[in-house]
Amino acid sequence: MIALGTCATAGGIQALRNFANPEEYADVVYAHPEYLHYLKTATPIAEHILVDLELWGCPVNKAQVLEVIVALLNNRRPNLPAYSVCLECKRHNTVCVLVDKRIPCIGPATQAGCGAICPSMGRGCYGCFGPAREVNAESMSTMLLKMERYPGETTRLFRGISGYAPTFYNIAEEILSTNKETK
Amino acid sequence: MKTIEVPALARVEGEGGLYIGLENGKAVEIRLDIYEPPRFFEGFLRDRFLQEVPDITARICGICPVAYQMSAAYALENALGVKIVPQARAVRRLMYCGEFIESHALHIYMLQAPDLLGKESALELAVDAPEVVKNALRLKKIGNELLKTIGGRSVHPVNVCVGGFYSWPDSKSLKDLLPDFEWGLNAALDTVKLALTLPYPDLEIDYEFVALHHPDEYGVIEGEVWSSNGRKLSIAEYETGYIEEHVKHSNALHSHTVDHNTYLVGPLARLNLNHEQLMPNAKKALAESGIQLPLKNPYKSLFARAIELVHFYEEAIQLIQEYKPSGPAHVELKLKAGEGAGATEAPRGLLYHRYKIDANGMIQFAKITPPTAQNLPRIEADLFALVPQLISMPEAEATLTAEHLVRSYDPCISCATHFLKLKVEEK
Repeated sequence: MIALGTCATAGGIQALRNFANPEEYADVVYAHPEYLHYLKTATPIAEHILVDLELWGCPVNKAQVLEVIVALLNNRRPNLPAYSVCLECKRHNTVCVLVDKRIPCIGPATQAGCGAICPSMGRGCYGCFGPAREVNAESMSTMLLKMERYPGETTRLFRGISGYAPTFYNIAEEILSTNKETK
Repeated sequence: MKTIEVPALARVEGEGGLYIGLENGKAVEIRLDIYEPPRFFEGFLRDRFLQEVPDITARICGICPVAYQMSAAYALENALGVKIVPQARAVRRLMYCGEFIESHALHIYMLQAPDLLGKESALELAVDAPEVVKNALRLKKIGNELLKTIGGRSVHPVNVCVGGFYSWPDSKSLKDLLPDFEWGLNAALDTVKLALTLPYPDLEIDYEFVALHHPDEYGVIEGEVWSSNGRKLSIAEYETGYIEEHVKHSNALHSHTVDHNTYLVGPLARLNLNHEQLMPNAKKALAESGIQLPLKNPYKSLFARAIELVHFYEEAIQLIQEYKPSGPAHVELKLKAGEGAGATEAPRGLLYHRYKIDANGMIQFAKITPPTAQNLPRIEADLFALVPQLISMPEAEATLTAEHLVRSYDPCISCATHFLKLKVEEK
């Protein structure tokens, strides 16, 4: 059982409903919310059944999908990166947007796999490949909170497409619960 | 009682069901049941920063993310009173060329052609005509490559921002694509020839066609919302002419005109209203085809897509040749409270967005009207028109003809909320 894509691994963008009241959303979007049938939460497949492999990404990376298929056909373990987006930036000679341009970027906390495309375009990573394995959450959020371009930017960066992934979830919760930023 | 049931309609995007109730050989009720769950995007957008919007709205559709990014960017730029630089506008059109190319090549060859050729799927088609399918895949791939070159990846590209682009695409990488585009233009012209040989079912509908119109170019971004009934509205006035309604059997909203007419958006509407703005090769291919406009057969939207395929290959070549970036790729934004509407032509038709923002650039309100929500009532009406033909057909053929009709619309049910199950019941 392979969970493919960030919707399957973390609930994806739809998991934003987990932080809100979906009934309120229904009222906002639909004239007759009583006609609707929907789930109140969007959750990872692994929360419900045993999953053998999670392949993250919104969208998934084609090379990674091929790697998984080839590995399975050859009865070996898929070779997927265990490091963060930072290493991909270094490999591509992309100058760090966080250090050099003071652009908020959650690449250091995000799994590699996309090819570090956002920093290569001069913008910060917004975490669509989900959390990396080892994240220094505290120093990450301390740094980001100091360079926010608008109030609440840090929590919004973590509470995005992979916002329901435990690591990102906890970072945003920690910031909000300690009132470190003005919402 | 006669019942026709298709548990799962293939080759459409999203999930829904189709119900046709017949009494004494007449249709008493036709419903496209949209049971794909509601996705609440307008709710998610509230209290997000405006620059996050294109990244979030892209996720509404994996086939046409660019359309959702573009309509959002234009709406927010209008709210701030910002105008992007001319080269950024040209790159937006170029990016849209990529999206039309990949989406149309997919629909013509993989989604609709199997219906016209009596095949289960493009895979079955590949057994009999491997070269056709190979070329189709290449036609599509070139569009994807263009999106990747501009936006970093072809699905949910990351370069579009409110104010323009995060950075200019690499000039050499774009120019390196030109030989592929030259091939693609010829392959698109062959697609038009192929489109003329296909056996379309007979059905003529008096549609009200609605599309963006721009005097100087084939309407895709900016311009006015034109109707074949003569209604001409600015994008900001769109909601005065077209109204969305929530109907019980559908998690997608349905649209109609202020005069309570159903209307059609998409390739037929664009071709009929904007053929004068086609690029020269596309115009020539249309003239040589002998097809008379307005084209009113929904199945023949495949032909309109083929002409557009030529157009967008041709326009892409021109835009790449003229590409000369200089200065910043985006304008600096001065935040202020405001409201703005934006509309662009997604491959499936007009896509309208409206946002209200506060002084900090936070979204207070979002409204998104996707093309399929506008077409849903029209698809239901077309099925009504098709019933006299369906009744005289054997069960399997009737089912296929109705399914094919729905597919010819290239409905993106996911976008409009979201699949189809056909059930014909005779009382």
